Amino acid sequence: MNSAFIIGQYIPGESFIHRLDPRTKISLIFFFVIFVFFANSVLSYALLTIFSFLVALSTKIKPSFIIKGLTPVWFLIIFTFTIHLIVTQEGEVLYRILGFPIYSGALIQGFSISLRFFLLILFTSLLTLTTTPIEITDAIESLLNPLKKIRLPVHELALMMSISLRFIPTLMQETDKISKAQASRGVDFRSGSLKSRVEAVIPLLVPLFISAFKRAEELAMAMEARGYRGGEGRTKLRELKIRKLDYLAMILFSLVIAGMFLLRK
Amino acid sequence: MDISFENVDYIYQPNSPFQFQALKNLSFEIKSGEFVAIVGHTGSGKSTVIQHLNGLLRPTHGKTKIGDFTLTSDHKPKDMKSLREQVGIVFQYPEHQLFEETVEKDISFGPANFGVATEQIKERVKTSIEAVGISTDLLNRSPFELSGGQMRRVAIAGVLAVEPKVLVLDEPTAGLDPKGRKEIMNMFYRLHKEKGLTTILVTHHMEDALKFSDKVIVLEKGTKYLEGSVQEVFSNQARLNKVQLDIPEILTVVKEINNRFGLSIDYQGQSLDELAVQVSVGLKGLKKHE
Amino acid sequence: MKYMNNYAVEFNNVSFRYHEDEPWILKDVSFKIEANKTTAIIGHNGSGKSTIAKLMNGLLLPEHGQIYIYGTRVEEESIWDIRREVGMVFQNPDNQFVGTTVKDDVAFGLENRGIPRLDMQKRIDETLKAVGMIDYLLHEPYRLSGGQKQRVAIASVMAITPSILILDEATSMLDPLGRKEILETVQHLRKKDNLSLIMISHEVNEMIKADYVIVMEDGKVSIEGTPKTIFSSEDRVKEVGLDIPLVTEFALSLKRHGMELESNPLTHEELLETLWTYHLKT
Repeated sequence: MNSAFIIGQYIPGESFIHRLDPRTKISLIFFFVIFVFFANSVLSYALLTIFSFLVALSTKIKPSFIIKGLTPVWFLIIFTFTIHLIVTQEGEVLYRILGFPIYSGALIQGFSISLRFFLLILFTSLLTLTTTPIEITDAIESLLNPLKKIRLPVHELALMMSISLRFIPTLMQETDKISKAQASRGVDFRSGSLKSRVEAVIPLLVPLFISAFKRAEELAMAMEARGYRGGEGRTKLRELKIRKLDYLAMILFSLVIAGMFLLRK
Repeated sequence: MDISFENVDYIYQPNSPFQFQALKNLSFEIKSGEFVAIVGHTGSGKSTVIQHLNGLLRPTHGKTKIGDFTLTSDHKPKDMKSLREQVGIVFQYPEHQLFEETVEKDISFGPANFGVATEQIKERVKTSIEAVGISTDLLNRSPFELSGGQMRRVAIAGVLAVEPKVLVLDEPTAGLDPKGRKEIMNMFYRLHKEKGLTTILVTHHMEDALKFSDKVIVLEKGTKYLEGSVQEVFSNQARLNKVQLDIPEILTVVKEINNRFGLSIDYQGQSLDELAVQVSVGLKGLKKHE
Repeated sequence: MKYMNNYAVEFNNVSFRYHEDEPWILKDVSFKIEANKTTAIIGHNGSGKSTIAKLMNGLLLPEHGQIYIYGTRVEEESIWDIRREVGMVFQNPDNQFVGTTVKDDVAFGLENRGIPRLDMQKRIDETLKAVGMIDYLLHEPYRLSGGQKQRVAIASVMAITPSILILDEATSMLDPLGRKEILETVQHLRKKDNLSLIMISHEVNEMIKADYVIVMEDGKVSIEGTPKTIFSSEDRVKEVGLDIPLVTEFALSLKRHGMELESNPLTHEELLETLWTYHLKT
């Protein structure tokens, strides 16, 4: 029942971003990640920030939901910022907090690094919010396809990913079931010393592993019975297609990046 | 132990997009020593009810009482462990919870968690494994080397070894063949009688409900649809059929014979042979009148 | 595959074990299954009935003996052709759902066989309609009931248009409603597509509807015949640890109490008929 939350938090929608080919999305994010590190002026950062916010808005997903989704990383961002404040000793001393000097350079660096970090996370989370896990898998398979030449088992990897995705909810339900059964046999998962809590996990993990193996075995048999014999000669139902929309996105993205380079110091 | 549900609502993941109300204003009572069958379709709320019986879940609204333990949304008993010791649950496919290296260790797991003395555990392991009809020779074997049916029995022994006063059985015979099914059900019934247990059987098998229980509760969409003695509930064929539940086959057979030949045989749990005599006498009686 | 004879399945002195130092699971088993009929293979847990299913489409290969599907021998070289003819639905609804959605799952078998995309779309729609799951095209498996998942599994198998469909205890993890769903679905398909249906089960109610029953015990065929002949030997069936239909048992009980009934009824209607005939005669 709580499984919908787990599956990469995909939010169904019909926006421009939703409809892009997942390969376009993944490649653009890849380039974005690289180019963020080229920004070095206030204006170049401002451009990237505004661009990211516009993209986020265009997904038509509630901003509050996106922000909530980022909660776990706020901590990391603040942590990075603080470390920079403490470690960097450039520029002039601006303040003293409890006798500890805060340098202007530290503030600037801390801020820019945190902002980069924030933009990276925001951008990648937009990918998972607007793309189903299975689309991402397809895209990865397609993007990695050239690596087949060096014997990388691309098809198998993609299949493994999609099967894992398929079984996450099933295993979640199973975990819930087994932990309840063991709780009924007197296991206390919530209190006690660290040692006893670690021990309490064993009656949960062993059955989970055993069942996962059994499932894998049965699934393999079912797949074989349905004629699965590797990637050779297979057709695909789901088809990825680069369309006008994707070219448009690429052009737009290139313009923004070009702008960013112009605004660099 | 007496058990009661008073106006129980249970809502999964309240205030979220996935909110789902599993129980709606459910009330019933089970007296100490009764054998009660709870029947209903998948999704009727049966498994949610089960989880209320040992405090795995607490009502969102309303109150559950299990013996001296009272549970509400904002009150949970301090001694939850003691509640779980007294209410043993055999979940569906209980063999999925086995994890120890040996059968003996797995059966000891429950009693050890509840702080039973080592000496006593040994004894309980022995009595419970005998109760489920497995040879003590298997105690040192790994449970995973056993057949499916044996694993089921070992898992059940693990629950029995805690010596609960209330035994909750969730489809305990699912997936077993007819012979295994009969043996397991007869064993539970024997324990129920011998130890004076309160037994709650959740089942799709109307035959089992008919054969073993004093009382039947029918759940439908999280509410109580019917409740009463076996006779009362199963005389409501139309209402049961309305929610796609059947009455036990033997009752249908008797009813059909009565209708066809204008007899009035009453089914009160008699054996097939006794019924055969009644039918044979009934048919002869008809001849005389003609 | 060419149909070289009329028997859908033929086992000739088949023996099987998983490993050389393990006991035999099947010992010298021979039987024939007629095409376009419903055949039930029954037996208690561990009697070897599921192994038979896996031998039929080459998931396992026998140590001794031969297995033929429409006259083609099942062996290493032929298994991919055999698997086109022999579709199989397994016990656990969760462990045979490969796709992330209903549609993807049905597509899986078609993709494996290199069916072009456009045909795929059509066949997916057709088979999902046939099992009554067309409204669930984009559903993820965890949002389906056990019975629905099994119907999808049936659709996935039927999409490849096999001529033999094996249900390997496919209803044993389902509730009565789910079970009914599945039985109705496969009977509908059997008539529609002229299937040979093979049901592996220990449910009495699934056997009485079969045309032919093979009872397995300890790796051997114990009895075979029509349900009527099988259930007339009450003691034999009970020995194997299987149930007898309630009406059959009741009829036997009536006979013991001096009523000379003409036949062994399997269904309620038959019981009433037999009783009526008896009533008129005496």
